[in-house]
Amino acid sequence: MTGAVVTPYTVPAGLMDTLQVTVLILVAAGATAVVLTRRLVRQVLVLSVYGIMLAVLFLTFQAPDVTLSALTVGAVALPIVLLLAISKTRKKEE
Amino acid sequence: MKPGQRRLMFFAGAAGLVAFYLWGLLGLPGFGNYPGPYGPAILRVAVAQTQATGVVSAVNFEYRGFDTVGEEFILFTAAAGTAIVLRMLRGEGERSPVDEARDRDAPPTSNAVRTIALLFTGPVVVVGWWLASHAQTNPSGGFQGGVVLATAFILIYLAGAFLTFSKLSPTDVTDAVEAAGAGGFAAVGLAALFTGLPYLYNYLPLGQIPGAVSSSGTIALISFFVGLEVAAAFLLIVSELLEQTLLIRHGGR
Repeated sequence: MTGAVVTPYTVPAGLMDTLQVTVLILVAAGATAVVLTRRLVRQVLVLSVYGIMLAVLFLTFQAPDVTLSALTVGAVALPIVLLLAISKTRKKEE
Repeated sequence: MKPGQRRLMFFAGAAGLVAFYLWGLLGLPGFGNYPGPYGPAILRVAVAQTQATGVVSAVNFEYRGFDTVGEEFILFTAAAGTAIVLRMLRGEGERSPVDEARDRDAPPTSNAVRTIALLFTGPVVVVGWWLASHAQTNPSGGFQGGVVLATAFILIYLAGAFLTFSKLSPTDVTDAVEAAGAGGFAAVGLAALFTGLPYLYNYLPLGQIPGAVSSSGTIALISFFVGLEVAAAFLLIVSELLEQTLLIRHGGR
């Protein structure tokens, strides 16, 4: 990267690296948690939390636009549609 | 096939995948290094050319606007597909709901859920509208704004008011808004053709101040249309699913 701009809000580079690595580990753990969750409804909730983590990841990598998309789709829209689909199919089993 | 053989096949496949993955990984440019020519080029000219400080939106709705039209119609097709799959077939009739447990009331929505949902509805509408109408100035855009706007309607449903939900978003109106949003985007592009300009050419006044809400010409307009389309499409998909769920809950037991 060339021409890094320093503002009063600039985070020190070392701190930013630590933050990025931490969030990367969190996202990996979150994805594993989604796969390992067995109950469907619970899995959707874990997926939603994972969506929020993913959004934070994009934010720490300086992509606010992608953050917004990830938040709306991963943490809100996808879980809603999944929950509705689950409630639809579950009724038949009962 | 014996479990032992199956495991052997898995390990062979997994080893191959890991090998290819590592091979690909080694060929990648270093972390934070972008070798392509377009990024720096866009960053140099985008604000001056479009007067939009939301450069991502400028790229989405201007430099690669044609691709975005295609993406727009992916969602449009998805909503249409949902409506077609869940439509009422010729043999099916809509049973009027029968209350099977007349001695029991339906479980009421808890006051906590109701209060939180209603408290959030107003702010969510504001945030969604702000996102959809500020693509040209800051990180935001019609897509995100549209989903947030649709969420406001879902909050009303969560507050236990399905009737209000369906009254606020009647399918006919949502259909029309979705079509207007998708068609509006395409029409903004077509209008350029009629004046002899290339498709999706930014023919509106760009404004003088980069980053002003009134700047950036067609970028802001397209983002607004995308917001309408996305909100309506998402709402349509959700209400289509909700309607089925409710019918089954009432009639199927």
